[in-house]
Amino acid sequence: MSLRAPGLPRAGLGALIGVGLAYAITVVARALYGWDPVVDGEAVLQVALIGAPFGFLIGLGAFDYWFYWAAGRKTRPEDHSSHGAHSWKDYFRVNTDHKVIGIQYTVHSFFFLLVGGMFAMLVRAELAEPGMQFVNPNAYNGLFSVHASILIFLFIIPVFAGLANYVLPLMIGAPDMAFPRLNALSFWMLPMAGIMFLLSFLAPGGSFATGWTAYAPLSVDAPIGQVFFTIGVQFAGASSIATALNFLVTIITMRAPGMSFFRMPLLVWANFSTSLLVVIATPFIAASQFMVLLDRALGFSFFDAAKGGDVLMYQHVFWFYSHPAVYIMMLPGFGIISEILAVKARKPIFGYRMMAFSLLAIVVLGFTVWAHHMFVSGMQEWIRVPMMITTAVIAVPTGIKIFSWLATLWRGVLHLDTPMLFALGFLTMFTLGGISGVSLALIPFDIHVSDTYYIVAHIHYVLFGGSLFTIFAGVYYWFPKMTGRMFDERLGKWHFWTTFIGFNLTFGPMHLIGIQGMPRRVADYSQQFATWNLFISCASFVVGLSTLLFVYNMVVSWRAGARAPANPWRAMTLEWQVSSPPPIFNFDTIPTVVGGPYEYGVPGAVHGVFKGAEVKTTAAPAGAAPAGD
Amino acid sequence: MRGRPVLVMVIAGVVASAIGIALGLTIHWFPTEASTQLGDIKTLYDVIIIVSVPVFVLVMTVVIGAVVRFRMRPGQEDQDGPPIHGNTKLEVLWTAVPAALILGLCAYSYVVLRDAERAPAATAPKEINIAVKGQQFAWTFTYPKDVAGGKALSTTELVLPEGRSVKFDINSEDVLHDFWVPEFGMKIDAVPGITTHYRITPNRLGTYPVVCAELCGLGHSVMRSTVHVVTEPQFKKWLGGQNKPAAPQGASPAQLAAAGKQIFTGASGCSGCHTLSDAGATGQIGPNLDQVLKGQSDAMLHQDIVDPNAAIAKGYGPNIMPQNFGQTLSESDLNALVAYLKEATQ
Ligand code: HEM
Ligand SMILES: [Cu+2]
Repeated sequence: MSLRAPGLPRAGLGALIGVGLAYAITVVARALYGWDPVVDGEAVLQVALIGAPFGFLIGLGAFDYWFYWAAGRKTRPEDHSSHGAHSWKDYFRVNTDHKVIGIQYTVHSFFFLLVGGMFAMLVRAELAEPGMQFVNPNAYNGLFSVHASILIFLFIIPVFAGLANYVLPLMIGAPDMAFPRLNALSFWMLPMAGIMFLLSFLAPGGSFATGWTAYAPLSVDAPIGQVFFTIGVQFAGASSIATALNFLVTIITMRAPGMSFFRMPLLVWANFSTSLLVVIATPFIAASQFMVLLDRALGFSFFDAAKGGDVLMYQHVFWFYSHPAVYIMMLPGFGIISEILAVKARKPIFGYRMMAFSLLAIVVLGFTVWAHHMFVSGMQEWIRVPMMITTAVIAVPTGIKIFSWLATLWRGVLHLDTPMLFALGFLTMFTLGGISGVSLALIPFDIHVSDTYYIVAHIHYVLFGGSLFTIFAGVYYWFPKMTGRMFDERLGKWHFWTTFIGFNLTFGPMHLIGIQGMPRRVADYSQQFATWNLFISCASFVVGLSTLLFVYNMVVSWRAGARAPANPWRAMTLEWQVSSPPPIFNFDTIPTVVGGPYEYGVPGAVHGVFKGAEVKTTAAPAGAAPAGD
Repeated sequence: MRGRPVLVMVIAGVVASAIGIALGLTIHWFPTEASTQLGDIKTLYDVIIIVSVPVFVLVMTVVIGAVVRFRMRPGQEDQDGPPIHGNTKLEVLWTAVPAALILGLCAYSYVVLRDAERAPAATAPKEINIAVKGQQFAWTFTYPKDVAGGKALSTTELVLPEGRSVKFDINSEDVLHDFWVPEFGMKIDAVPGITTHYRITPNRLGTYPVVCAELCGLGHSVMRSTVHVVTEPQFKKWLGGQNKPAAPQGASPAQLAAAGKQIFTGASGCSGCHTLSDAGATGQIGPNLDQVLKGQSDAMLHQDIVDPNAAIAKGYGPNIMPQNFGQTLSESDLNALVAYLKEATQ
């Protein structure tokens, strides 16, 4: 418990120092300008929200290496003392092992799934009957705003980064990520953002209550709780940009000899595409929130129409990030599903190259559709039709993927275990989400249903039936690799069926009440929607309970499940060719890739062979020897 | 042997699609149709159902068919499927067909959109132009001079004649709102700093709700009003009955208070947020006026309205009540309100 060694205690101290510094800075700055009163709570808080996380990270030791290096002191570059986990305590330290970071990310994200899910339960409890019962309208708006923000920025986006962090280096035959310290830093920025979102409930005036979209000018005028969102999102965004750069460099430079681009598993392709999206798009949400911050803190008037500001600019900048963000929340899942379907159907992925190209097509098209969120925003009318066409056209590469997966199933030998069930559930539910997505591209229909429960239904078919199902599928699929234990198959199946049924009963009827005229984001609604809302709330509690089955299964299996063999699924990709869990530097000998990743049913086919040199623990990047295939 | 199960799936798929489409078309998805625009949108939705049900059924049938036919049976634990890598013809087909379907839908939507937004023909009855103002948390509608008979008319409820095209010019006092009558189908945001528009032609007599569809803060869900679609003669009659000054010069205190009550329950939206038993208001967002206004002087009441942050009731935060009533209400309106609040709470 030394406050001088890096670790959580010093991190706490660092955060406190950060707050103190923020206080001092604002007081001094205000004194210099002769402003009175010298102490302004809002100003201190804004600076503290930026200062405290940095104090925390420094205290935690996330920057130690760089500080040593900058100060010309002796660094410990390659001893990897912070590599690998030997006890559970190691998961609470800065660690540079991608496998440890992967688990840190994943467990941390699931914690926030539970928190965000809790908020959903409260939202549904309030909506079970018309009128206000448990919370006041302000608290209600806060609940659904934090629900959405947490699930997007602290669950879906990071959990994909977590799963990929664990398996991607293994899959491409690399000993680690390209920048292990940056990787650790990326992870540790997330708890900051999460804590900020939750602390916002303590702010005077309540938590941020303007939705996860935080539209100006409401967010500029909102009580101080809004700043917790404005700044929290910056940390979450910085985290994903750093991770994405790390993935890009890792994929480009660290593939095992023989792994050409067209021998990469589709999960690698998917993360490659996602990372491109993140690197290009995420700065835009940072920009939108910086503008809000400047409006709030320094009286800039980006969004103040009375002073010549442009209210619609917020939405253009915001959606230029947030539309691509929906693909940031989908593409990694596409990768997971491709891995699982090929292995569980015992067949090569049908149309592998088209699968890879369609990912890239989605990346490109994803940047051309942002204004389809703005059909009723009052923007220039002429943008609408081109946006309708590009939006609808994205369905084509997405359709290619779905049909290729279907063709992969056909004539396979289907192992219908839990990962496979979630994969099939994803296929069907995501199709529905995609179809309602196309309907929303059609402007006249969108005009009627935008900002209604039809949108809430669509969001959840895509994010819950889509992303979350792929996440569950992936967690079950790689659970043996990560923990060295098998999960309880029977509980897994129960989890799938209760989730699948509860999910459809919850979100299916929302399409109907949306079209009938129930606006979204309302704390109260008219009597005509009462019956369906009660029904929906009851169904949502089933989903809530089903999640507990999952948590129970994971915790118990991790502690006492049967030992997992190296390759329980008889998969071909490289991560399954090493022990479960893998050795500390992933591979004892460097693999050489000699074939495609999914050659199931091809007699004698293998993806990689292990007969090269021993891996040295100094592990220089293996380099990608380009090889034709 | 191999062809038959596929045949079964095709038949099952066609039957399921037919049932799905029939079901989709019989469900009452939409609210009562009260404008020609919503009528066109409903037709578009029917087309969406007809196109998308078979797509969904196709995916479902293949998944279920594969699960039934190709599930691993005991003894197959170590078997693999045939190593099929692709089929160019099939891939071209499933790229081209969806692309064609989608472009067709887009073209049709474009036609619907153009029809919905087109100005009425010169031969049609003259279009009415109504200004809509969104404000936390109420709507105000202003009829132009030529319609209202010499003097612009502002109301808090909307009255429209059946069969005449209406063009709404919409703007906002404070934050984003969204002006929506579900029965009319169309909607658009009220954006501070710009004026947005849409038009509808009411085609059914009745009373329908006006709602705000864009999150606008605390009172978002109570930002509601009403629209009455009436016949042309009724509309004329209603216009004639309006436009009497609410509180004429030199009004008696009782007249003043009556005018204040109208403002309280109507245009300014006070009753959406506050409880006041005299006005039958039950809002939960702001303080209960029956309790907090007891014994306040005229000056304090005045200040409560124009500068709500000056004195905040216990348990409520600053900046919840709109700050701009001082600008949006005239001095005589304010006097009427104060007179009314005084009478109602003391
Ligand atoms: C049982 C599980 C869930 C329930 C019952 C639930 C419930 C809700 C409800 C009722 C809303 C509407 C709030 C409103 O517009 O008034 C909402 C919004 C939202 N939810 Fe969920 N949710 C669940 C799970 C999820 C998951 C897993 C995700 C994402 C991964 C998610 C993401 C969102 C988003 C992005 C919104 C949009 C919020 C907005 O309108 O700003 N939800 N949820
Ligand atoms: Cu509003």
